[in-house]
This record gives sequence, structure tokens and C-alpha cells, in this order.
Amino acid sequence: MTKVTITVNGRAESREVEDRTLLVQFLRDHVGLTGTHVGCDTSQCGACVVHMDGVAVKSCTVLAAAADGTQVTTIEGLAKGDELHPVQAAFREHHGLQCGFCTPGMIMSAVDMIRRYDGKLDEKTVRYELEGNICRCTGYHNIVKAVLAAAETMQGGAKKAAA
Amino acid sequence: MGVEGIGARVARKEDKRFITGKGRYTDDMKVPGMHYAAFARSPHAHARIRSIDTSAAKAMPGVDGVLTGTELAADGIGNLICGWMIKSKDGTPMKMGAFPALARETVRFVGQPYAVVVAATQAQARDAAEAIVVDWEELPAVIDLNYAIKKGTLQLHPEAENNVIYDWELGDSKAADVAFAKAAHVTKLDLVNNRLVPNAMEPRAALGVYDTGDENYTLWTTSQNPHVARLVISAFYNVAPENKLRVIAPDVGGGFGSKIFIYPEEIVCLWASKKTGVPVKWVADRTEAFLTDAHGRDHITHAEMAFDADNKMLGLKVDTIANFGAYMSLFSSSVPTYLYATLLSGQYVIPAIHANVRAVYTNTSPVDAYRGAGRPEATFVMERLVETAARELGVSPAELRRKNFVRTFPYQTPVIMTYDAGDYEASLNAAMQAADYAGFGQRKLEAEKRGKLRGIGMSCYIEACGIAPSAAVGSLGAGVGLWESAEVRVNPIGTVEVLTGSHSHGQSHETTFAQLVSQRLGLPIENISIVHGDTDKVQFGMGTYGSRSGAVGMSAIFKALDKVEAKAKKIAAHLMEASEGDIEISNGEVRVAGTDKKLPWVSVALGAYTGHNLPAGMEPGLKEGAFYDPTNFTFPAGCYICEVEIDPQTGHTEIVQFVAADDFGKLINPMVVEGQVHGGIAQGVGQALMEACHYDTETGQLITASYNDYTMPRADDLPSFKVSTTETICPGNPLGMKGCGEAGAIGSPPAVINAITDALGDNSITMPATAEKVWRLAQKATMRQAAE
Repeated sequence: MTKVTITVNGRAESREVEDRTLLVQFLRDHVGLTGTHVGCDTSQCGACVVHMDGVAVKSCTVLAAAADGTQVTTIEGLAKGDELHPVQAAFREHHGLQCGFCTPGMIMSAVDMIRRYDGKLDEKTVRYELEGNICRCTGYHNIVKAVLAAAETMQGGAKKAAA
Repeated sequence: MGVEGIGARVARKEDKRFITGKGRYTDDMKVPGMHYAAFARSPHAHARIRSIDTSAAKAMPGVDGVLTGTELAADGIGNLICGWMIKSKDGTPMKMGAFPALARETVRFVGQPYAVVVAATQAQARDAAEAIVVDWEELPAVIDLNYAIKKGTLQLHPEAENNVIYDWELGDSKAADVAFAKAAHVTKLDLVNNRLVPNAMEPRAALGVYDTGDENYTLWTTSQNPHVARLVISAFYNVAPENKLRVIAPDVGGGFGSKIFIYPEEIVCLWASKKTGVPVKWVADRTEAFLTDAHGRDHITHAEMAFDADNKMLGLKVDTIANFGAYMSLFSSSVPTYLYATLLSGQYVIPAIHANVRAVYTNTSPVDAYRGAGRPEATFVMERLVETAARELGVSPAELRRKNFVRTFPYQTPVIMTYDAGDYEASLNAAMQAADYAGFGQRKLEAEKRGKLRGIGMSCYIEACGIAPSAAVGSLGAGVGLWESAEVRVNPIGTVEVLTGSHSHGQSHETTFAQLVSQRLGLPIENISIVHGDTDKVQFGMGTYGSRSGAVGMSAIFKALDKVEAKAKKIAAHLMEASEGDIEISNGEVRVAGTDKKLPWVSVALGAYTGHNLPAGMEPGLKEGAFYDPTNFTFPAGCYICEVEIDPQTGHTEIVQFVAADDFGKLINPMVVEGQVHGGIAQGVGQALMEACHYDTETGQLITASYNDYTMPRADDLPSFKVSTTETICPGNPLGMKGCGEAGAIGSPPAVINAITDALGDNSITMPATAEKVWRLAQKATMRQAAE
């Protein structure tokens, strides 16, 4: 057993866990945040994507012990109270989800992508960057639309803030 | 159209919980004292179990119990059933081998469960499952379809001679022979419809809870049809009578058919909860899903189409062998028969059709309905044949189709179906225009200059959905009726709950069903809640599959709304001293037509519940239920055009454009409909280009049993799609709707393959048209060109 302390969505969570516990199991089974999903066990589908110290990781591939002392943001920590993150809002507006299972990972990947590209994205780049997230419902069409729309909103917001 | 009524692009009510991580899927459920199940699964494709030793597993830490098929049988848990009786052409019933939830004597596919461990944690359960010792007697595996039906091949079930489950036919073979005898041209094709794994992103899961106090069972499960699950688990598996079993399908992360069926794991979790005294949860890992979710498709077919000298279709002959895997899954028998051969008239007038289908056992995972179920296979046969014929006859594929389209309705095909309405020319024209079909030649030349091979292909599909008229399917062997039920409950303050037997696992029912109520009662959709997926809340229902929730499920709501409106009008007429016939309901108000007399909707609702002033003899309350049984299937149809560019150096196929023009009748929410089409196309493109189940033919191991090996379509494999709709109203249901859930997967594979074969000038490629296969044929094409 290992004692692990991870700051999840701003709250320090300390647990004694089996050494083999994965970050996704820590979040789902120990902290009780079930928005992060497991879809494949082989780091392919991306349903488990969270942010660790601000960077997107597949939480099925990170040991909880390896995340000790880090800051983790999950899908539950993305909105500010009732105010949705622009990526969440864009997924809703553009019908970027159907069954919702891949959605948390998609949104967390998209937020990270927009940050890395500073919002300067085109369709080809979005499709290339989403390669690590599988959706079986939408055919990606509306997900791509949502990510592009969110990137534009966020860039617009950034420009406004700068001006 | 109101802002939230029928036809409006309303953002979805259900989205908020999914985008904020508050969705509640089966694996998110926790109950006090819950422990975990792990299944011990066969590592062999075919073997006899000489003995099972569970003693070491039972001694492992945290283990509550290790249970085998022997105990399951001793407790009277029944074998799995197949719910649709198909008879061979000689009149004998299908030959079904026994399918126990936990194998006792023989295992017949890799992954078949033979024991279950229940332990305090998932890891402990899995560790203990590894410690079960089995003395196996390995048997030869029968994998290849043609080999399976060869005389002398090892027989997998004592019931099925030569491994044939049924040898069935539809249509008129003599009439087809006569048609072929006078043909000016015959097009022949041998086709493989590749086996697919449905791959809903949420793996299957079950949580079984036995309550010793009330002797009740509760099952949370990843199901598209919880009421059918309860019925089958009660009536056939003898776990508990229906009144002692509650089945809840909460948020379900995609189904595509694979979550229709009642699987061994769900039955075993319920039974094991009573045996071990703890709530038992099981969640499949992805490889378990690959091995044990029912697969789809897997046909080999020889087909011939006869034409007269004027290029009119005279006849069609189809001979199909369908792989059923090791056992008959719940609706497997209906898929390559009444969901397949009945669509072999396509969009065309074909005077004589004959189809023969043999269903065959192999040592592979069971095969059943997957998005489209039979109709993609039929469409692939038809649209590959027509496109090939056009090339052989030297005529344009569009013109050959036009010449043979059904143009008068209703149209009785030679294969059971009566097409009720359609305009195939309209969708063909819409698709050709959207694709700039006329400009293709120019684009091909331009691509050639860049060293690329460009091709275009079309597919004009028709499908039958809105499954289905109960008496009709009953006469064809179905074990259930396929109506749907609904209840509309108006609350005293005027808000509304709709209880539906349909189940949403991505289809957006919480929004679209509310739009229907909003249209009828003039209420905002936020005042309308849709309740589904719980047998304790909803009286009954047949669930969601076969693109039935609009045409059938919403029609049941429509009927219940008729009754609610009728009663509300009676109450309003009484309160306003007006004639019932003059009452109108709109915009949240109840008015007397042609006057300024009106009441807010809430007054009528409240009046119904206070009962202070109701018409004489009227019962209080405002709540009505309805069952709706459709009179016919609905027949969505459309035209898909795919344009590809192939790099002959790498074999990479790029889909440069994909156009869909669909006729779904009346649309409730076009945004949702488009989403369904996008997703269907992606699965169809996946089938055409990349998805394949590879079994090792010697060992029967599924080599493609994870996302490292089975190629799922990713965002960068697909383009954005150009989708549009045309409209002919379906006369068979009150809303004029046709189903839209499966069309994309049905229509797209032949469009893609027709485009690739056009680009390569070679008709031989099989699905999936992987880069390797395309590269080999592209090399040939390049050499051919060089020689010319």
C-alpha cells in the first residue's frame, strides 16, 4: 500500500492505495469522481483524459503513486460553478456528443489542444490532434466543429482581455 | 414550427450532465457492500472441460465465492435463448445448440465464460480467476465458413449437421431461372461482408443486487431494452419472476445493437449476488468486450443480376452463407433472413428475386444485430452489383439506377416488403448536385497530374426500420411483439412527464420526445421530462434498436397525447362553458376558438387534480397511456456518393468528399438527425476501409481483440460530411417519420468500395480495403497504365 496525495480540482485528496492503483481508479473509486471513464485499457481511446499539472494525460496509463503531489483537473473541475467552460458550451451548441461516454476525455483533450496551439487551429490540425480520442457515435464531424468554434471563442476572449 | 417544437434545432436537454462529468453509467453505480465479479474465460476456441479445480481460487484473499456452470445448472438457471424461429426450406426448425451462461462440458469460442469469482475488489477477483485450474482436452477449431460446412468437418453442436443451423430461402427460384434464361446481360459478383465488432465506447457492465429482506433482485445494466431483459431473465433464465426483478438501464454509452442481447454476465451477476450474499458488479475490459459482445455482419455471398437488352433489371439470385459464431445469440436468426433478404429488391423494380441463406456455426464469438443488421449486407450486395453492371454495360451508374427505380407507391416487392412512399430520383439528384458529380472527370484529371488515382462511387440504399408490426413479425417467427408503449403524466402544476419504453443511449430522446410534447401542448421543453430505462417506473416497452424509437416510440407518445388532450378539452369546455369541439390548446393556453375566452394550461391541469369542478362522472387526474403497434415498417432511402483519392505509392485512401442525401420523412430535430447520419457513415466507412476481425484459422484466437489491433475510425481518417435530406411523408405513422439511426451505416460501405474500385479500375478488392490491399492493386493499375 502507498499513501498518495493528489490535488483534484483544487482539493487535496489523500488515500492509502494498492501500489498498482491507476490514476483513473484513484479518481473514480477512491475520490468518487466518475466523470473520467475507462474505455479501452490500452491508452488508445482517450475516455480517461485528465489534466495533470496542466497537461493532458491518459489517466489509465498513470499510476496513482506517480501522480502523488500533482494537481489534477478532471471534467468535473472544468466549469466555474454554473458557467460552462467554452469547450463544454461548444460541444453542447454543436451537438458534439451523443451517448456522452467519450465526451469528458474529448473535452479535456480539446482544452489542452487549444492551449497548446494558442487557439490557432484548423480542421486538419484538430482532426490530427484528436487521433488519441475515439468516438463511436458522432463520426467526429460535430466534435471538430465544436473544437474549432471553442478555439475561436477563446481566442476572441483572449483578444478582448488583451485590448 | 415552434422554437422548441417539431422541426426545431434544439440543443439537447441531456447534454449538461454529460459535458460536466455527471452522467450516470452502470460502472458509476455503487451500492453498500458491493463486491466485484471476474469471469474465468476459455483460452481455447474449442475444448472439452475434463475438470475444474476452484480450491486455490477460493483460498485467495478477499474471495466470497467461486461458482461454475455445474452450480448454475443445479439452481435451474436456463440456457440462453434465440427469440426468432426460422425454418429451413424443408420445413424443419432451426438447429439450435445449447448455450449455457457458464460452460459445463465444452467451450466453443475464446472468451466463453465457464466460472465466476466474486471478491471484495476487482483486482482480487481477477487474481483469483487466474488461479482456477482447468484440465482441458483441446479440440480442433472450426473457423473458416466454407470449411465449416464441408462434409466431414468436425460438428460443433450435436443438433446441427454439417454445422448448418438453417438452409432458408425467400422468393421464387423458378421465376428467377426464367428471368435469367432470357437475360441479355448477367452481372456476377462474389462478395465478403466483413465481420465487425460494434465497439460502443462504454464496455458492457452489470450490477446485480439481491435483497434478502424482500427477496427482490435489482439489475443495473448496459441495456438498450431493460424491459425485454427483465422478461427474458424471468421467463427463460428463471432467476426471478418479473415482479421480483427490477432492471435499470441508466445512462448507456452507445449500443449499436450490441446491448440488445441478454448476455451470460448479467444473468450470472444476479444469480451470484444471491449465492454470495453481496451485491456483485462486473465491468468488461475492452478485450472482454471484443471477445464476448455479439459481433456483426460476416457473410460470404454469390450474387447475380440479370438485365434485358434495354438494361432493365429482370432478376436477382443471391446465395449467402452467414457466420453465426459458436452459439445462436438472442436475435441472430432474424438478421440474415427477414432483415436481409427482404431488402434485396433495393430501390428497384426487379420482377423475380430468389435468395438462399445458410446459417453456420463456427468456433468464433456469436454474431447478431449490429447497426443496420442485415440491411447493410443487402445494400452491399445490391449496390455493388448495380455499379458493377453499369461499368460492364458501359452506361452511367446513375442512369442505370434511374432506369430501374421504383416510381409508384405502394410497391409490392417479390420479397415480402411493401414500400409505402419514396422518391428515389429526388435523393439521387440531390446527392449528385451536392457532390458536383458532373465535375468529377475534371477532378480526376487534375488528381492524375499529382500522381493520385481518383474515383467516385454511389450507393442508393433502402432500408426497412421502425421495427415492427407485431402480427407480421409474429407470422415470420418472432417471439415478441414489436409495439411500443408510453404514458404521458400531466402534473397538477402543468409540467409533464413522459414515461417511454424506448431507451436513449445517445439518440437524444430526452430532447426530441420533449419537442413532440412541446409541439402538442405549447409548453417549453424545460417543463417536460422524459423517463426511461427503469422497469419500476415505466410499465413496459420493447426498447431501442432497428431505428424504431421515432416511428414507433414517438407514435405511442402521440397516441397518449391524443388522450390527454381529449380529456383536457373536456375539462376546459366544462370550465369555460363551451363546446368541446371549439377548444384549442396552444402556447400554454387553452382557448375557445373564435372568442377571447381562455384558461392557462396550469388551470386545466390543476382542475383535473383538485377534482372540485369536473364534468359529471369524470375521474380526476390527467394521465394517459397508450400502446402503439405500427402497421408497416418505414422505408428510409437515400443516395450516398463517396469520392476518394488513392496514393499509389502508399495505398492510402483519402475520402475527399462524402455526400449523403436521405429521405427520413418528417424530421423532429434536424441537428440530431444529422448527428445520427454522421455517426452511421463513420461506422460504414470503418467497415469499408479499416475494421476487421482476424481469427487465426488454426487456433481460433481473435487476433484483433484490442484497439491496438482492431482499427477504429479516428478523426483524421474521416472528412466532414455533406448531408442533406429530401422528404416524402411516411403514411404509416401519425408523425410521418422514418427511422434515421442506421441509414449511415447501411448506405455507406458500397459507396466507398465503388469509389475505390473506380479509382483502381479493378473490381476485386474486399472489405476492409486496407492500405496494403489498395497498394497491391494500385501497383497493378500503375503497371497496366504504363503498358498502355
